[in-house]
Amino acid sequence: MSMLEAAHENDIELEGACEGSLACSTCHVIVMDVKDYNKLEDPTDEENDMLDLAFGLTETSRLGCQVIAKPELDGVRLALPAATRNFAVDGFVPKPH
Amino acid sequence: MGRRLLLPHTRRLMLFLRPMRYSASATATATAGSLRDPLHVCVVGSGPAGFYTAEKMLKGREGVRVDIIDRLPTPFGLVRSGVAPDHPETKIVVNQFSRVAANPRCSFFGNVTLGSDLSLSELRKTYDVVVLAYGAESDRSFGIPGEDLRGIHSAREFVWWYNGHPDMCNLAPDLTNTDSAVVLGQGNVALDVARILLRCTTELASTDIADYALDALRSSTIRRKVYLVGRRGPVQAACTAKELREILGLKNVNVYIKEADLATSPADKEEMRNSRIKRRVYELLSKAATVHQENNDNDRKELHFVFFRKPTKFLPSEDGSTVGAMELEKTLLKDDGATGKQVAVGTGEFEELKCGIVLKSIGYKSLPIEGLSFDKYRGVVPNLRGRVLSSESETATVEPGLYVVGWLKRGPTGIVATNLHCAEETVDSILEDDRKGLFTDPSGPKRQGRRGLLEILEQKNARYVPFDGWEKIDTKEKADGELKNKPREKITRWNELLEAAREG
Repeated sequence: MSMLEAAHENDIELEGACEGSLACSTCHVIVMDVKDYNKLEDPTDEENDMLDLAFGLTETSRLGCQVIAKPELDGVRLALPAATRNFAVDGFVPKPH
Repeated sequence: MGRRLLLPHTRRLMLFLRPMRYSASATATATAGSLRDPLHVCVVGSGPAGFYTAEKMLKGREGVRVDIIDRLPTPFGLVRSGVAPDHPETKIVVNQFSRVAANPRCSFFGNVTLGSDLSLSELRKTYDVVVLAYGAESDRSFGIPGEDLRGIHSAREFVWWYNGHPDMCNLAPDLTNTDSAVVLGQGNVALDVARILLRCTTELASTDIADYALDALRSSTIRRKVYLVGRRGPVQAACTAKELREILGLKNVNVYIKEADLATSPADKEEMRNSRIKRRVYELLSKAATVHQENNDNDRKELHFVFFRKPTKFLPSEDGSTVGAMELEKTLLKDDGATGKQVAVGTGEFEELKCGIVLKSIGYKSLPIEGLSFDKYRGVVPNLRGRVLSSESETATVEPGLYVVGWLKRGPTGIVATNLHCAEETVDSILEDDRKGLFTDPSGPKRQGRRGLLEILEQKNARYVPFDGWEKIDTKEKADGELKNKPREKITRWNELLEAAREG
């Protein structure tokens, strides 16, 4: 199950315009802990092409539809980027890419 | 603000999603709205900007009724008539928009034109909130000699043509008079147009491309050589990686890029340092320049990237009836002195490029309407975070109850998702104004919303197409498409669209 599917199954408002076909960047999520980010496989060229266009891109950004649940990711925290405002929540300030 | 989720295949807590997007208006008014009268909203235009706005209005406040009007019988704007036929995944978003249209508090009215079926002032008297989302249906032009020669089209017209837009079904571009097509501009729309010209018709045959366009492309000779001309360099090219990767990988196409054009100045390097998109585009173009070109036999087509050239005039063909060539001036990049942006400056050196068709892809432009302020230079409606202003001047006032979203607000750039954020901003402004009580005037007449719209349309004898009318068109197109192994066979004539909408 991808993070996008997980969000929708739990009524979390994560947009998914292309429904997981790597044709948009609306499911952009920020992996809050760089250790978790490093556990993920590198994004493909296709995912990077979409990340290029994502709002508020950071060094630990991924597309939610490409991050698949697995036991190693237990407890991972993902933030949805602020589109119209930039907030620091609990001191977390995403580094601009 | 955060949610812990338990997912299958894990033994304990899996993920914690914490929305950083905090919209004061959305959370505060969702409950307060129920104490008030319904808020009547009209969105003009049913492309992504219009539908994202409708969706966020419905979520943002209880008691909202949204009517979406569109001058076409079919909804979805450029998702239907702009996105290329070989990019079906980009069209998936219509599923989400259809769910919005299916909301009982939302209604679609197709075949209703602002400016002819009803005026802006009638609309503002009928609805508490009017949001203009009608995009950009005109084009920037060069303003150079020969621009009105036959065979010169805007990319918008050409794209509408191959996508079966009913206004362009009779364009009949001549694709057989020579072997070269020139596309002016190097943004994603320019790449779309070049790619559709170069892609094997066997591949196009299984897309939703309009049938007459497929026929024309099959018999065309002009698709042997396509030039993509930009007045600046590879670092300034406006296209993005996905589209570039795709066109560079087309079957049976040799790509030509001059190594000399890839030289970068310190200013170019600075631009690339600041932009991940530009870096990746430049890398793709550099790699393509070094690929050894196979001998060009008749099977292979050619794609030429031409940089540092701007058109100065269009020249007629020998018989004088259509365009036969264009004059290009070599350019150099100079700092514009104000914003640090690099602009192309003519060097006085000219050359000629022969071509049988020219597609201008230098930008769309919005159209002004009666009773609406308009910034002619930028081609947008003056606004403050979506609130329409009476003019571009500093002393402008806010027009009550009138808002703008999408290309009409920002200019014709961005992708589908850009409208998501644009709609959020406009809806935030609307909800803020609602909380301030700007839409309640106890002394004034109560606005009638949908009922008022229906009265106006009946008086004018305007036959609108409801969403289930579009669904009939949709069903027919899909059924006809299945017979030809296409996702749909588009209905491309006005009368046939209206007929299909009423059948059954």
